[in-house]
Amino acid sequence: MDWGWISRNLDLIGGRVLEHMALSGPPIVIGFLLSIPFGYWASRSRIVRSVLLVIGNIVYTIPAIALIVFVPVVLGLAILDPVNLVIALTLYAIALMIRSAADAFAAVPRDVAASATAMGYSGWQRFFAVELPLAGPILLAGVRVVSVSTVSLASVGALTGIENLGSFFTDAFQRQFLTEALVGIVAVLLVAGLFDLILTAIGRALMPWNRREPTRRLVVPELTTA
Amino acid sequence: MIEFRNVVKQFPDGTLAVEDFSLVLPSRRITVLVGSSGSGKTTLMRMINRMVDPSSGSVEIDGVDVATREPVELRRGIGYVMQNSGLMPHRTVLDNITTVPRLTGVPKADARRRALELMDVVGLERSLAERYPGQLSGGQQQRVGVARGLAVDPNILLMDEPFSAVDPIVRDELQQEVLRIQAELAKTIVFVSHDIDEAFLLGDEVVVLERGGRIVQQGAPAEILANPINEFVANFIGADRGKRRLAVSSAAQPDGDDRLLVDAGGYPVGLIAAPDGRLATSDATPKSRSVSNKTDQAGDA
Repeated sequence: MDWGWISRNLDLIGGRVLEHMALSGPPIVIGFLLSIPFGYWASRSRIVRSVLLVIGNIVYTIPAIALIVFVPVVLGLAILDPVNLVIALTLYAIALMIRSAADAFAAVPRDVAASATAMGYSGWQRFFAVELPLAGPILLAGVRVVSVSTVSLASVGALTGIENLGSFFTDAFQRQFLTEALVGIVAVLLVAGLFDLILTAIGRALMPWNRREPTRRLVVPELTTA
Repeated sequence: MIEFRNVVKQFPDGTLAVEDFSLVLPSRRITVLVGSSGSGKTTLMRMINRMVDPSSGSVEIDGVDVATREPVELRRGIGYVMQNSGLMPHRTVLDNITTVPRLTGVPKADARRRALELMDVVGLERSLAERYPGQLSGGQQQRVGVARGLAVDPNILLMDEPFSAVDPIVRDELQQEVLRIQAELAKTIVFVSHDIDEAFLLGDEVVVLERGGRIVQQGAPAEILANPINEFVANFIGADRGKRRLAVSSAAQPDGDDRLLVDAGGYPVGLIAAPDGRLATSDATPKSRSVSNKTDQAGDA
C-alpha cells in the first residue's frame, strides 16, 4: 500500500469521481422516467407485464461489455464516445426498473383509484395526483437498487476506454498496484452512498405521508360526537 | 329525482349484472338498494355517476339522461362515499375533503374554511385536519369520507356500503349521523347495503334486489316488514326464522313497567314500553308501533 499516492493524486481522484457521477447520474434519471410509462402499462395488463418483464430480463442478461461495444455500432457513434456508456446503462436501468414500476402501480389500492374517478378526476389528473404518488414508495425502492447497480456497472466503461472510477481498476490491474484498486472501490461506494442519500432525501420530501408511517400505531382514540 | 329506465348491463366477460331494471328514486329521500353480493346493486349505483355505463336503457337525473353529460363534470357534482372510505392516503384529512372543490376551482382558502365546517357537521374534531387518513380510526375515516362526499354540497349523495367495514358500535353511530345529517340537509341519497337492518333503519324507501338486479320488493320499511312479498324477502329480512315475530317474554322481566320482548326463537330482542304497567302477555302484538327493537332502531318516536 502506498497511502501517499492518494494525497499526490487527489485531483485525479476528484476528477474521476465527477466523471463517474456524470456518467451514472443520467442513466438513473432517464431510466427511472422511461420505466414509468412502461410500468404503468404493465400494471394494466397481465400479458403486457409478462412481455415487458421478459424483455427486461433479456436486456439485463446481455453482458455489459458486449452492450457497450454494440451501442455505437447500432447508433453510429464513435467507439470511445461516453454517450455509449450512458445509453447502455440507461438500458440496464430500464430493464431493472420495469419490474419495480409495474409492481408499484399494481400496488395502488383499487378502491382509492376508483374513488378518485368517482370524485371527478380525469385520467391524467388521477395519474399524477393519485396513482403516481401512491406508487412512489415502491418506485423509490426500485430506483435505489437501480442507482447502486448503475454506479457499480459504470466502472465497466473503463474497459472500453471511457474514463471514470473504473479506470482505477484497469490501472491497478496493469500496474499490479493495489492502492489504486482500493481507492476505486471506496470511491464507488461513496458515490453510490451519496446517490442513495439524495434519493432518500427526495423521497422524504415528496412523500411526507410515507415518512409519518411509523406513527401509524399511535392510535388516535375515536372521538364521539356530542 | 333519479330514474332508471329499462337498464341492462352486460360486462365484457359476458356476465349479465343487470337484466332489466326500472326504478324511480324520489328526491330528498334515502333510497336503499339492498341485496346480497351479485345483486348488481353497486353496478346500478355507479350508473348514476357514469362509473358504469348501461349496455342499454338510460339513467336520468331530473329528466336529463346522464349519458349526455360529460362523466368527469357529472361526477364532480355528485357526492360519493365508499366502503373503506377510499380516502387518499397521501393527502391530509383537510386535503381529502377539499379534493373536489379544488378540482372545480374553488379558491383554496374558501375550500378549507368549508371543509372545517364539514368536519363539524360529520362530528370530527378540527384538530384532526392535518392528519393523514392512516392516522385515523376506521370510524373517523368514514366520517372524513362522508365530509368529502358533501364537500361540493351535491344534491345527490351516493353511498356504497360505507359502513360495512367498521365495528357495530361505530356503525350505529355513523348510521345515526347519516340520519341526523339528512334531517338537516335533505339530500337525495342512494345507499347500497347488504344489511337489511341498515336498510330498514336508513331507508325512506327500500328496494330489495336479487341476482341480476331484479327488484323483488320495494316500499317503505314498514310495508316490507309487515308483508314480505315472497319467501326470498322473508328469508332476507329474517321473518322466516322468526326474527321479526316478537312476543313479550313470559320468563324473567326487567324491573319497572317495561316488558322483555323475545323473537320466535325465544331470543331477547328488546323492551316494550308498558306505560300503564298492565300489559298482558297475551295481548302483545308483534306489529305494535311502540316496539323498540334492538336490531331495528328506526325509532317511530
